[in-house]
Amino acid sequence: MPTLGEDTERMLREVAPQVLGSIVRRYRDFAAAEDAVQEALAAAAIQWPKQGVPANPRGWLVRVALRRMVDHVRSEAARRHREEIVVSLVPAEDQLVLAADEGAPPDSRDDTLEMLFLCCHPALSPASAIALTLRAVGGLTTAEIAKAFLVPEATMAQRISRAKQRVKDSHVPFATRGDDVATRLGSVMQVLYLIFNEGYAGTSGRDVVRTDLSKEALRLARMLHRLVPDESEVAGLLALLLLTDARREARTGPAGQLVPLDRQDRTRWDHNAITEGQALLERAFARGTVGPYQLQAAIAALHDEAPSTDETDWPQILALYGILDRMSDNPMVALNLAIATAMVHGPAAGLTRLDALERDARIQGHYRLDAVRAHLLERAGNREAAAVAYRRAAERTASIAERDYLLVRASEVARDSG
Amino acid sequence: MKYMLMMNTPSGGPYEVASWPTEDLRRHIQFMKDFGERLAASGELAAAEGLAGPDQAKRVRAGNDGRPITDGIFPEAKEFLAGYWIVDVESAERAYQIAAEASAAPGRGGKPLNMDIEVRQVMSAPPVDLD
Repeated sequence: MPTLGEDTERMLREVAPQVLGSIVRRYRDFAAAEDAVQEALAAAAIQWPKQGVPANPRGWLVRVALRRMVDHVRSEAARRHREEIVVSLVPAEDQLVLAADEGAPPDSRDDTLEMLFLCCHPALSPASAIALTLRAVGGLTTAEIAKAFLVPEATMAQRISRAKQRVKDSHVPFATRGDDVATRLGSVMQVLYLIFNEGYAGTSGRDVVRTDLSKEALRLARMLHRLVPDESEVAGLLALLLLTDARREARTGPAGQLVPLDRQDRTRWDHNAITEGQALLERAFARGTVGPYQLQAAIAALHDEAPSTDETDWPQILALYGILDRMSDNPMVALNLAIATAMVHGPAAGLTRLDALERDARIQGHYRLDAVRAHLLERAGNREAAAVAYRRAAERTASIAERDYLLVRASEVARDSG
Repeated sequence: MKYMLMMNTPSGGPYEVASWPTEDLRRHIQFMKDFGERLAASGELAAAEGLAGPDQAKRVRAGNDGRPITDGIFPEAKEFLAGYWIVDVESAERAYQIAAEASAAPGRGGKPLNMDIEVRQVMSAPPVDLD
């Protein structure tokens, strides 16, 4: 049996979420829409190799999926009618027969964007939004998503289906107007950032880097940037992901162990990604409104440009974290501000900032606080206290790679002090 | 047949390893990593998890209103489950052999730790029809 070429498969992956978006937008029934799109994709896999790829593949898929959906809604409506429930899922204009070729497919740009808005809806928990986005927009299988998050497939399937149900129940309008767009774009950016981070700094489990998730987040961020090229924060997010991902190769050693920024072999950084990120950032800055993603990207760019930790433009980084800190009230930003303070004004000044953070309930007991303290104590020459702090950080992290790194550091500074 | 191999934290507290010479600690970490990879490569590894430190461990039971009552932190000397492997093997003997390998993980000076590994069969046999 003839199969679809690689290019066609790639194209299908790109248009599938648009097709799904188009159907969900009309019917709001996520599960049924997904079934309809799956059937349309299956039909394409059978018909296209024989008959050739249609001139407008997306339109073809939308039409076939809509036909399936109409069948589904009709049988559903008939069932409901029998049960004498006077609710119809069918939008008024579709209660008439919808001919296969009727109606031009709506704008594909809006469909993908609305799909993202829907998947990253604030009514969903971050974990649900991430899973739904990867499934419905990223086109990953449930098994792939489960593997990436190290949970059984059944658990992930349940999480996704609950998320779909919640979207269906939430009755949130799909409106894409004014303020709402900005807020929902914010949710989308946060979800993409979380997906990237899960891949880059996996919060649980054995591997330091789960590349697939980072790659997927990058792909989605690129797509989002293409959809809304004038949104400077979206450009900032894409730049941040590129400038951070550029260091991925250097971030793990030969035995898979974690290598911190100050010990990385900077020749292994991806200079194409750095150049692309810098260019994006410059264009974004030129447009005016500066937000947290652009600031973080600017900090990442300063690290990427420096030949070593000591030759890094720390005063500039300190200034940028200062702005971020006033903008965001985020204890993780405050923690980075403490590091930059130490690099500019000495470890004692950084440690003073950490003391203030210890009273912040949001970060109290977090291993990062202990790890930074350990690092600053080590820089201050207080190795005994540094060893204690490294060990306490090791006790508190949930990442095996990070725990191993912190234990080794504890052992190293303890030996040097004795 | 599936067996769960349970490893407790070594005596002297869960993070006593931090006071080992760095090279010994590196060797120990590398051994554990290789061990997991060997099991995965042989197709015998069904699951494995390492547990976070007992620092934040809590003992929980329901109060009268069904709400959780938590209890912790625990004394340093107490032994804690550090992690487990679930292996899918042909015989109990093979499970014991794997457990012995883990038990001999290198400690200070590369000397085998010979720690206790608890081996338990996982209930996974199909039900027998009863007439």
